[in-house]
Amino acid sequence: MGFGSLVSIAISAILVNNFVLSRFLGICPFIGVSKDTESALGMGMAVTFVMTLASIATWTINRFLLVALGITYLQTVTFILVIAALVQLVEMIVQKTSPTLYQALGIYLPLITTNCAILGVALLNEQEGYSLVESTVHGFAAGIGFSLALLLMAGLRERINYADIPQPLRGIPIAFITATLLSLAFFGFSGL
Amino acid sequence: MSDLKKEFFKGIFEENPTFRLILGMCPTLAVTSSLINGLGMGLATLAVLLCSNIMISSIRNLIPAKIRIPAYIVVIAAFVTVVDLVMAGFTPELHQELGIFIPLIVVNCIILGRAEAFASKNGILPSIVDALGMGIGFTLSLSLLGFIRELIGAGTILGVPLFGANFQPVLIMVLPPGGFLTLGLLIGFFNYLSNKG
Repeated sequence: MGFGSLVSIAISAILVNNFVLSRFLGICPFIGVSKDTESALGMGMAVTFVMTLASIATWTINRFLLVALGITYLQTVTFILVIAALVQLVEMIVQKTSPTLYQALGIYLPLITTNCAILGVALLNEQEGYSLVESTVHGFAAGIGFSLALLLMAGLRERINYADIPQPLRGIPIAFITATLLSLAFFGFSGL
Repeated sequence: MSDLKKEFFKGIFEENPTFRLILGMCPTLAVTSSLINGLGMGLATLAVLLCSNIMISSIRNLIPAKIRIPAYIVVIAAFVTVVDLVMAGFTPELHQELGIFIPLIVVNCIILGRAEAFASKNGILPSIVDALGMGIGFTLSLSLLGFIRELIGAGTILGVPLFGANFQPVLIMVLPPGGFLTLGLLIGFFNYLSNKG
């Protein structure tokens, strides 16, 4: 396991297989919290943090508990509980350290638990058979990729607010159509 | 009786989870590159939703309010594991095709949403009806998306070619951008319909 393979995992997770735009993980916060760049940044940071921690925690538990005891069929249940506990921790930290951020993220912070990107990263790590270091890099890079997509989207949506959009397409539909173009742009990275 | 009927149809039309409530977007976009995948995902979700609604509604008075969300998640995760193993055994191809999106049914907001908003407050019978309505609404939406994307993107329906040899499929429709586009336009279309009616 060289440095090169870590870099390729990172680039793949950020650009080529971007979690939001090509794997379709974490669409709910992607649409819900991308109305302005400030909360998008906060959400992106929270998700990156939880994702990295979740990668480490689930890898350790999977390797030393589930595989060791031969009960890998409990993976789904175990992973989701670990993630739920982690999210609670992050929520308490954010609430204490930054009340403004806490207010901005509102209901989306507890919803990180049901953010499929987090469970997705844990399951993908396991599926790809990544080592601890690879899993951590993958989790962190996936979070960066998520934040990147979220920030780009928020920047676009701030401008779209001033455009004259047909009534039925206002709000969420136009957000999806914008995401189409973003996704198309990221599709270009698949040549990398 | 008419109440139950209303509960059932609200999930299919006015509170359709996909087009009206905008819930459960990840599987909606990810697996609908063909009709069969959309249908399979919809039915798997329906099964989990039905079981979890029945279970949560029957033990709703036993769960302390403070830890209800973790309790719901464990119930849901257990049923997802069951569905996952059943699908791996009986429909291995579909299981392969849907990949990590089967375990990810756990975090489908529709299921936790119905547990919290409906099953935790209602009896078993209404919860069953609610689950059936929402689940069928979700299955229909996924099938519709899969149908449109497969038709335009591959020129086939359930793998059967429809347009003859000269048809050039619009490949982008079965790729990620096509998913976003189809869903955006369909939500816009349903908004238009509901504003008009």
